Amino acid sequence: MALLEVDDLTVSFRTADGLVQAVRGVTYNVEAGQTLGIVGESGSGKSVSTQTITGLTRGAQVSGRAVFQGQDLLTATPGQLQSIRGAKIGMIFQDPLSSLHPYYKVGWQIVEMIRLHERDVSKDDARKRAVELLRLVGIPQPGSRVNDYPHQFSGGMRQRAMIAMAMALNPALLIADEPTTALDVTVQAQVLRVIARMQEMFGTAVILITHDLGVIADVADEVLVMYGGKVMEQSDRRTLFYASHHPYTEGLLQSLPAYGGGRERLHPIPGQPPSLLDPPPGCPFMPRCPYAFDKCTEVPPLDPAGGEPGHLSACWLPHDQAGRAQARQRVQAAPAGSAGA
Amino acid sequence: MNDVKTVPAQAADTTEGDVLLRVENLVKYFPVKSSGFLKPREFVHAVEDVSLAVRRGETYGIVGESGCGKSTLGRSIARLHDITSGRIVFDGQDISKLSQRRMRPLRREIQMIFQDPIGSLNPRRRVGSIIGDPFAIHHTASGTERRRRVQELMERVGLNPEHYNRFPAEFSGGQRQRIGVARALAFQPKLIICDEPVSALDVSIQAQVVNLLADLQAEFGLTYIFIAHDLSVVRHVSNTVGVMYLGKLTETAPADTLFTVPRHPYTGALLSAVPLPDPDQSAQRKQIVLVGDVPSPIAPPSGCRFHPRCPKAAPVCVTDDPVLEPQLGDGPDHLAACHLPMAEGESLADFKPTIGAEERVIEPEGVLAEDVLPGGKPAGGDAGTGSASPGSGSIGAVPTTREGGQA
Repeated sequence: MALLEVDDLTVSFRTADGLVQAVRGVTYNVEAGQTLGIVGESGSGKSVSTQTITGLTRGAQVSGRAVFQGQDLLTATPGQLQSIRGAKIGMIFQDPLSSLHPYYKVGWQIVEMIRLHERDVSKDDARKRAVELLRLVGIPQPGSRVNDYPHQFSGGMRQRAMIAMAMALNPALLIADEPTTALDVTVQAQVLRVIARMQEMFGTAVILITHDLGVIADVADEVLVMYGGKVMEQSDRRTLFYASHHPYTEGLLQSLPAYGGGRERLHPIPGQPPSLLDPPPGCPFMPRCPYAFDKCTEVPPLDPAGGEPGHLSACWLPHDQAGRAQARQRVQAAPAGSAGA
Repeated sequence: MNDVKTVPAQAADTTEGDVLLRVENLVKYFPVKSSGFLKPREFVHAVEDVSLAVRRGETYGIVGESGCGKSTLGRSIARLHDITSGRIVFDGQDISKLSQRRMRPLRREIQMIFQDPIGSLNPRRRVGSIIGDPFAIHHTASGTERRRRVQELMERVGLNPEHYNRFPAEFSGGQRQRIGVARALAFQPKLIICDEPVSALDVSIQAQVVNLLADLQAEFGLTYIFIAHDLSVVRHVSNTVGVMYLGKLTETAPADTLFTVPRHPYTGALLSAVPLPDPDQSAQRKQIVLVGDVPSPIAPPSGCRFHPRCPKAAPVCVTDDPVLEPQLGDGPDHLAACHLPMAEGESLADFKPTIGAEERVIEPEGVLAEDVLPGGKPAGGDAGTGSASPGSGSIGAVPTTREGGQA
């Protein structure tokens, strides 16, 4: 059994403008010790789906199941969730400055976290553990830096401190929501390395949410591509980059500038992401998809894409090579009018 | 839109090697709020002695991490900051000391596009009036004539001209950036300084804006200074790239040269840290994880500013500030400020700094200590003794303070 099994998760928010359907039927598993990368653009539902699992989306209308170590988190009481959050599921967020309390010393915040979940640990012991954790994530002079306030840390050090805190109770699952987006590239490399090492050391499973396909290519074992609140494609990392099936994945990969390439034109995906207020029926990518045809007004199921086992794609295009090539030719012959800029 | 063009005829003369902008020894310091009566006044050394030349019609990319001074440099060139010293020669004219009033006509020719398309557009004004501002400020068009020109601009950047009366909030991120582009284009400027123009956008939209900028450059013969931290975007758009570190220009070269044969170790480390969207390439290369953070620009390190983090640092790097010049037989267009430039194909993983521990940033013990340098030998033979910190980017066996208990 997988560590976390999410089944048909839907999340919507009632707003002044109407019902925002942020997540629409998402299903995935996270295996122990593995890294699941969730990639998607803003508004794809990638953050909301994991925040809902940990009970951080107040006032949302939620349905589906999210079974973590045999317990459905969506029906758990706030008290049960509180004992899971932090202890069994660690979390780090994009902006470490707003995730750390500015008024308390970094060490104190780690100590509090440890003592909240393990009441019999003395303050002294918890403090020693905090120092050791800061040392592990590479904070220089952890014995004195433990008494610093968050503003005395640099951005990279804050994110390391967040990792230290998230790992303090040796959680089975670490949810990292855009952990390096606010960081410079050399610091990003440090932080990703720290996460990978901690994962190796403690055998933690990681859900890494990012918009950066480069980060995915570096660290993910399994990848979920989300768009318009739905999973478009799921596969192992290599299949996603070298043999993707879904036109959205293809579009994403093609819109990146080739790293070794010249200055030729990029191939953006035309149009804008859909509004989740009143999403159009059918495939959410249809309005921007160069391959769209009449069948696409029906919602495509997330089905095996042929080829690699475990490679799933939510697309009506034929799942065999020959059929896809045909579809491609059809598009090249008559450029789709539906995909306006 | 031709009638908008107020620049003299020479603008059409876009020969290669024709320099539009020359920056010489530009320095920009910002005073720091004094924290004591007798304390000497401190300054943030945001831009330190930067010289560069931008040719007409080309894109000059500036990369660097946050706090390296790349935005300050861009804003100084546009004279949004008064510079501390140095010279800015734009189109043959020294503009570094022009008064605001005498600068005003030149503002038509140097425009800026900013990163944050929400922050740079007034949310309470309609788009038509925002894009029409340049015409109002320079009294060149009013009434229906202004509206016509604004709608032309909107159409040119891919916005629906019928959205003239909408508010910025009614547009998506990519469309807002197009509004910023339209506003910058109003007077057909010669130079547009793009400060992180696509950083806030999703990848699929980012490519739309990059293409738009390329089209406009081809159509109007624009010259861009393209400031960004995303190296793959900079490589894609730029003819020439300059790398900045702590206020200094550390290396500049034609884009392809810089990315294939970097001379400065900082450039090398920066390139190796870029996550590649290709699992195989990513697995093959040796990633250099630099130790520590960028030091404070209030009291930058002596000598070469990169020496505390540099895997190749030698004593000369601590004492002497290297000159930006061709290295190892490079041509005059490839300059690097380094005492120990990298040879072609050289890996930083094979080096250890030869300077004292007090001169360097030390990666403390911890999960990174064993193998910050994949493929490199674990440095310092005493891994695991707990009193030394072996093998991180810069480290031999260096005793570090160790407090607290072992878990």
